[in-house]
Amino acid sequence: MSTTPPAPEPQAVIDAEMAEIRAEAEKARADGGPEELQPRRDYPPYRSSLLRHPKRPLVAAPEAFTELRGPVFGVTDVTDLDGDLTRQHHGEPLGERIVVTGRVLDREGRPVRGQLVEIWQANAAGRYAHKRDQHPAPLDPNFTGTGRCLTDDEGRYTFTSIKPGAYPWRNHLNAWRPAHIHFSLFGTAFTQRLVTQMYFPNDPLFPYDPIFNSITDERARQRLIATYDHDLSSPEWSLGYRWDIVLDGPSATWMEEGR
Amino acid sequence: MREPTPSQTVGPFFGYALPFADGGDLVPPGHPGAITMHGVVHDGAGRPIPDALLEFWQADPAGGLDGAPDSMRRDPVTGTFAGRSGVGFTGFGRVATDADGHWTLRTLPPGPAAPGALPYISVCVFARGLLHHLYTRVYLEDGPGDPLLDSLDADRRATLIARPEPHATYRFDVHLQGSEETVFLEFG
Ligand SMILES: [Fe+3]
Repeated sequence: MSTTPPAPEPQAVIDAEMAEIRAEAEKARADGGPEELQPRRDYPPYRSSLLRHPKRPLVAAPEAFTELRGPVFGVTDVTDLDGDLTRQHHGEPLGERIVVTGRVLDREGRPVRGQLVEIWQANAAGRYAHKRDQHPAPLDPNFTGTGRCLTDDEGRYTFTSIKPGAYPWRNHLNAWRPAHIHFSLFGTAFTQRLVTQMYFPNDPLFPYDPIFNSITDERARQRLIATYDHDLSSPEWSLGYRWDIVLDGPSATWMEEGR
Repeated sequence: MREPTPSQTVGPFFGYALPFADGGDLVPPGHPGAITMHGVVHDGAGRPIPDALLEFWQADPAGGLDGAPDSMRRDPVTGTFAGRSGVGFTGFGRVATDADGHWTLRTLPPGPAAPGALPYISVCVFARGLLHHLYTRVYLEDGPGDPLLDSLDADRRATLIARPEPHATYRFDVHLQGSEETVFLEFG
């Protein structure tokens, strides 16, 4: 039995779906609905979400003894060079060298200290060092594109890397992801776990990307875009970007102080 | 209150960054008292999901939730994973599904996290196509008095209970969607 795969849909189809959802979300907000702080799990323009989101409402957990605590990380879980993605091979990776730094905070604004931050990204040409990435852009033998660090006492993380390229994907015809760095973060509670993507300012691909636009609220989307910070740039060396991260979800300390 | 940073999908290419050696082995092979938990992650068409990532967090057998570093120890000489030391119990596991959507966890049975509570392992699910991760729980056995289980009807309740198999092994499938959809949790 063979079936012909459907022809990829043009960008205009995706654009129309995204515009319709956004208009409906903006109307709900204007009518007094809450700000949608998170992406929708059900966001049809992102075709992979169709069969991969629950259709029943989430169940509120009546207790969370386990989830209000979380895994612990320490200096044994990182090496000093893990935060510098440009020094993991014998030579220098190609591309625009960048430093990305910021603070990890909880919703009360308190620093999240000593927790693990992990990142991964495409190389400067927009190619991941991953067998299943078949984008015909060059691999860089001097760039794997993964890093990790622990936040310091002020909740700060810092990575040195190269600016990732935009890359094509198969969501629809002519689908291109805006340049981004994937981030994985832990708080002090498992409920604060976050995996997200950091974007770069003024990317012309923002309006076309269903993953970015799965966050229907404009202000919430802006929270994923780093700020170029000239004071963070180093002469003759690198450009600086600043991006603070606020972890959602309750933690044990929050619960105790709320008593 | 600060507004939270929104989530985004883990995407398909986390493979070099997140999974780590021994990620699913919270105890060394052959550890006395170890249990094996395994299952398949399914999409709404019942197909296995080969690019999901599951994380597990649990109490130790005495119910302790202090955790410990050591889950993803790295070798400072080579920069590669050094593996767990196998001495302490970190309570944290991370496993990517294989090409069949299958995952395996080797751990110790969790103790009750509060007096009289039913023990469970907390699970966080990530996948390409999933824009915001999902939480669920694996209960090793059913029983009375658990406020979450008691709030669910029988069909839904059953999605959170592992099925015992021979040799201290438990089966727990995750269904992101469909008639057998797993109960996913939110925390206020
Ligand atoms: Fe990506």
